[in-house]
Formats: sequence, structure tokens, C-alpha cells
Amino acid sequence: MSKESSCAKPTGMVLGDASQQNDSTHPETNLPETEVIMSARVGDKAPDFQAPSYHQGEFTEVKLSDNFGKWILLCFYPGDFTYV
Amino acid sequence: MLSVSVDSVFVHKMWNDHELSKMVDGGIPFHMVSDAAGNVGKIYGVYNESLGVEMRGRFIIDPDGIIQAMEVLTPPVGRRLAETIRQIKAFQHVRATQGKEATPAGWEPGQLTLTPGPGLVGRVWEVWQPNQER
Repeated sequence: MSKESSCAKPTGMVLGDASQQNDSTHPETNLPETEVIMSARVGDKAPDFQAPSYHQGEFTEVKLSDNFGKWILLCFYPGDFTYV
Repeated sequence: MLSVSVDSVFVHKMWNDHELSKMVDGGIPFHMVSDAAGNVGKIYGVYNESLGVEMRGRFIIDPDGIIQAMEVLTPPVGRRLAETIRQIKAFQHVRATQGKEATPAGWEPGQLTLTPGPGLVGRVWEVWQPNQER
């Protein structure tokens, strides 16, 4: 996969390709440089957030919990203007 | 429906106005969230630090705010919306029966559901076979 055609912008690589993974462990502590704090689990309350959004011509903010009471589909994707 | 990426709201606007509005009449109807620092993606376990982008994570959240389903794909493979809709309908059915009914693999609205209980143990084969999944 070339950098130019990748859907994982901006660097572009096939995930799981060990030759391209960078080892980001901290040299002194031997712990990962960045702390991953995933807390979303099926069967548990969805972690709340508030973030800027674009909605129907307006720049606004959206808060997940303002939508509780309805079914919510929350979808993440790598980037605007990518191919898939 | 909420969509999230690390792009700015300005890029969201450009993408909506110049491309997505040519695929969807009236443009995107839902909020396009900007998660520039990946903070939302991190708590949902979909942010890739080395790439600085979010994976194709999809979460179905019920009216109580409980995550009922999640799916995460790496970037090159797209999702299948029909399967997401099927799952939402199945979760809505289970919820409507207050959990008394369960939906077998591949269940579509109108098809047979299962009522879990001692009488069904070892006898699912009598009412459901794999070829019923379409």
C-alpha cells in the first residue's frame, strides 16, 4: 500500500505490519509513552463527551448524553476525504 | 447518529459541501464531530497513536446510554450498514420484550425469536437451523 493511496492518513500503513510499527516504549520506565485509557465496554454506560461539531451549516457543540433517551449510532472513521 | 474523526469542523464542512452532499440529498443530517486530539477516540479504544487517526469504530448505544454493540475495523475495509441496522432492530426487539426474547444468528424482523429458559436447553435445533440465517 503506497502512502498516496492509503485510507489511514496521514502516514499510511497496513496495521499489523510489524516492520512498520514504531516501538514507543519509554527508555527509562519501559512503559508505553502514552497511556491508553479505553473505558468503553459493551454492557456498560457509554463514556460521555462534549466536542465541537459541524451540523447542517453551523459550527456547534454536541454532547453525547444529550442524546440519551434515543438509540445512538456512534461512528469513528480515519478521515474526511479518504476513500473508503 | 454521530460521526467522529480527528478532522476539524472546517474540513467537515468542506467534505460535506463538496463531496458528501453529492451523495446524500441535503447533505449530512447528523453532527460531524471534531476530535482533533483523539480524546474521544481514546476512551472508546479506537484512536491509533502512531497514525494520529481513529479506526472504523461503531458503537450502538441504547436509550439508557448502555453500549449494546461495538465493531472496530482498520482503515482499508469499509463497513456494511445493513448489518448495523439489522443489529439495531434486533436490540430494539429484545428491549421491547424486556429481554424475554432473544434473536438467533442472522435474525431479521418477523423471523422466529428464541425464548430462553430451561425448556429450550438442548432443543434449539428443533426450532432453528443454520440455513435459516440469510
